[in-house]
Amino acid sequence: MNKSLKNFYLAFFFVALFLAGIISFYASSNPDGLEKVAEEIGFIDTAKDSAVANSPLSDYGVIGITNERLSVGISGVIGVVITAIVAFYLFKYLAKSKR
Amino acid sequence: MHIPDGFIDLPTSIAFTVVSTAAVGVALKQAKNELSEKTAPLAGLTAVFIFAVQMLNFPVAAGTSGHLLGGALAAVLVGPWVATLALTIVLMLQALLFADGGLTALGLNVFNISILAVWIAYFIFLTLKKLLPKTKLFLIASSAVAALISVPVSAFGFWVQYAIGGNATFPLETVLTAMISTHILIGIGEAIITVLTISAIMASRSDLVFGWKNTRRKLVTN
Repeated sequence: MNKSLKNFYLAFFFVALFLAGIISFYASSNPDGLEKVAEEIGFIDTAKDSAVANSPLSDYGVIGITNERLSVGISGVIGVVITAIVAFYLFKYLAKSKR
Repeated sequence: MHIPDGFIDLPTSIAFTVVSTAAVGVALKQAKNELSEKTAPLAGLTAVFIFAVQMLNFPVAAGTSGHLLGGALAAVLVGPWVATLALTIVLMLQALLFADGGLTALGLNVFNISILAVWIAYFIFLTLKKLLPKTKLFLIASSAVAALISVPVSAFGFWVQYAIGGNATFPLETVLTAMISTHILIGIGEAIITVLTISAIMASRSDLVFGWKNTRRKLVTN
């Protein structure tokens, strides 16, 4: 891979890291479209907690970290890194297995 | 737009999981044709970027927020089969690690987002590309339209699932009207984020963009 392509990919990665790690704190905490519709019509009551609702990263926070900015930021960074590992390996494998 | 557990009954969730699993299986085979060693990192980054931006809920109307789905963005950047896989990775990790979207609802969410949003967006994008001049500006405009429409279509997917196996019994018309009207608004946000991202990538490395490469090399199959 040449240097300019590598730099482009690195820049793209750092933008994602910045968005998930820093900007995520400023996201709207209002219910999303589906949740809002479910609340207004009334079927929100049928929602059940996910089996992993008590997991350490549940709801984009890190268990035990009370500072909200840190909690959401660190969970975002962990999410970005794990997504990167899974996705890079899968797509690299698929690209190589073509031949 | 991530369906939690409980909204849709188990038989319907299982049926959609079977359909989604089959589609992802086909995508695993087909995606190879859209990937090269040069663009494989872009496919990975698309998943990473969509994960990050899905955290950024934006306000749409009083007391409501929305976030990017990324179907159009991924389909234009890396092709529809790779997009299906990228979105599926994101949805799986969100459900497993962040309890965002239910576990039994994963197949429902993969169907609405990784399949429906991606493929309707790609179909609209391809159709517009054939009709419009082959310029970067029109590519970006086509992506915007595809992004805008893909969100209410994805919401329509939820409505179909609710109609088949909703655990609540509220009138279907009420649910349909509310879902579509809310998600058209969210679709505007989807279009804006898609345009900003694709413009930035087209300006720096248009050679990597799937939807643009096909324009140049006339690889589009009719």
